[in-house]
Amino acid sequence: MFRFLIYKLALLIPTFLGVTVVAFGFIRMIPGDPIELLAGERGIDPARHHELMIQFGYDLPIWQQYLTFLGRLLQGDLGTSIITRQSVVDEFFTLFPATVELSLCAILVALLVGLPAGIIAGVKRGSMFDHFVMGGALVGYSMPIFWSGLLLIMLFSGILGWTPVSGRISAMFFFEPVTGFMLIDSLLSGEEGAFKSAASHLILPTVMLSTIPLAVIARQTRSAILEVLGEDYIRTARAKGLTPLRVIGVHALRNALIPVVTTIGLQIGVLLAGAILTETIFSWPGIGKWMVHSISRRDYPAVQGGLLMIAAIVMMVNLLVDLLYGLINPRIRHTE
Amino acid sequence: MDSTSTTPAPPSPLQEFWAYFQENRGAVAGLYIIVAITVVAVFAHIVAPYSPTEQFRDHLLQPPAWQEGGSWQFVLGTDAVGRDMLSRIIYGARFSLFIGGVVVSISLVVGISLGLLAGFVRGPVETVIMRLMDIILAFPSLLLALVMVALLGPGLVNAMIAIALVLQPHFVRLTRAQVINERSRDYVIASRIAGAGPLRLMFITVLPNCMAPLIVQSTMSFSTAILDAAALGFLGMGAQPPTPEWGTMLAEAREFILSAWWVVSFPGIAILITVLSFNLMGDGLRDALDPKLKRS
Repeated sequence: MFRFLIYKLALLIPTFLGVTVVAFGFIRMIPGDPIELLAGERGIDPARHHELMIQFGYDLPIWQQYLTFLGRLLQGDLGTSIITRQSVVDEFFTLFPATVELSLCAILVALLVGLPAGIIAGVKRGSMFDHFVMGGALVGYSMPIFWSGLLLIMLFSGILGWTPVSGRISAMFFFEPVTGFMLIDSLLSGEEGAFKSAASHLILPTVMLSTIPLAVIARQTRSAILEVLGEDYIRTARAKGLTPLRVIGVHALRNALIPVVTTIGLQIGVLLAGAILTETIFSWPGIGKWMVHSISRRDYPAVQGGLLMIAAIVMMVNLLVDLLYGLINPRIRHTE
Repeated sequence: MDSTSTTPAPPSPLQEFWAYFQENRGAVAGLYIIVAITVVAVFAHIVAPYSPTEQFRDHLLQPPAWQEGGSWQFVLGTDAVGRDMLSRIIYGARFSLFIGGVVVSISLVVGISLGLLAGFVRGPVETVIMRLMDIILAFPSLLLALVMVALLGPGLVNAMIAIALVLQPHFVRLTRAQVINERSRDYVIASRIAGAGPLRLMFITVLPNCMAPLIVQSTMSFSTAILDAAALGFLGMGAQPPTPEWGTMLAEAREFILSAWWVVSFPGIAILITVLSFNLMGDGLRDALDPKLKRS
């Protein structure tokens, strides 16, 4: 297991260096030098420009600039936002819990609905339920979620008036964030109705964001179950006279879930991409909306920092999934 | 051809493929819808009642024909500046199919070339190519496309380039895996001994035997490209108004979400139906082309 970990980490380092080159190169590829970018429309006189170029090290050769960038990065410094003049890392971590809360809720819904649906569809192959689940999964998988999100607002906020349209909690409530998770913070605040307000703000974004992971998980679980049900050990378990529930629940499921774990891990990228759209539609103050804003406001240090942080998170989660996969599937662990 | 012979000729690969494909009713339905959308897109200038940018100033936000206040002059109603929704959606099909076609072509050509190279040359070349693909895959695809478009400047062409870039690692990985699988087979070795050069081995001997999964991946990527391009349009980074691209139309319609349901609903339905039919066909293609699943 330890060797497996080392091997995976060794693969990760060059990829991460590549990601830093992409993020570093991105800001250099924009026409105009960084000082002009900082000065913006106002412009800057040449003497001051020259002075600042030297001050920020932009007169150095490009590889030295990259090494400086990398050195700062290792100390957790991603520069400052042009617009807010705040540290990019601070901004990122202030907004990150909102995205995590939303993503966790979405993946939880996807699992709670997708796993049982996929299992039952697989076991009852060819039944009405199977057709229904697979049809639904195909529609979900093909859904432009930025459109279904608008429809949700139209129906539940517009016509029925059940849910709020945007934000994380009603403006009536104010309390200091403790965990950054609104559901938990609202409970801790002890204010009456705060939790209900936070939960009602969370419902529609969660439904929208969980659409695609839910569809993918249901499809993957069904095909994994179908594959496993044909195995000899299932026939053996049946021949032993075990109850169907035990055969499915213990013998089939334990093996079928192995490939599903990888699928769940791969959904992190899907979730973060979906968060960009979901947060934009519901004005959810997380990193997805922040990235879109930074891009449209041409806040390049923020875009660069966000890109790097998000890639790092995706890579970390993929590593964890790989390790988990190795842990539950000995065949993988011993092949490398 | 002697039709009276007792042993019927074996079906051609195409006939065999069609027989398998036809068994999947969903896939056939998907294919028919795609053909229909293609016909409408090609003949948009004949099918559409109006120009997609013509503004009827007396008919702003007119509801669809079957609703009160609507008329058969504008079957699906009009948008905020009085443009006919039906015409815009018909012309929008052109953009979506064009985007899908261009993106998949770029990803296929680049992906196959890099994948063949990685699979045949191995060594450092392979390592470099595969690590580059890992780097692209480390970013959520929509985010990378968004940042690339921000860099290149918003617009349809740049959006297509960005989406092609984020989609092609899948083609590279797939081609490489297939090539590595095939290259040690007897027919490849025989061809090599017979004196086939590397290019002939790559493109004529091995590539045709790697095509099945690539065709399936292309169909699936076609729908991803349409979805991503619409998402970029929705975020204001894809096709720019007044282009009747479905995602861009949705972005313009957002403010009317509570007052004019038709401006919001129809472009989304168009995206959903198009993407769904490509995914349906992709599922059918996979079943028909994957020899492992064939019931013999």
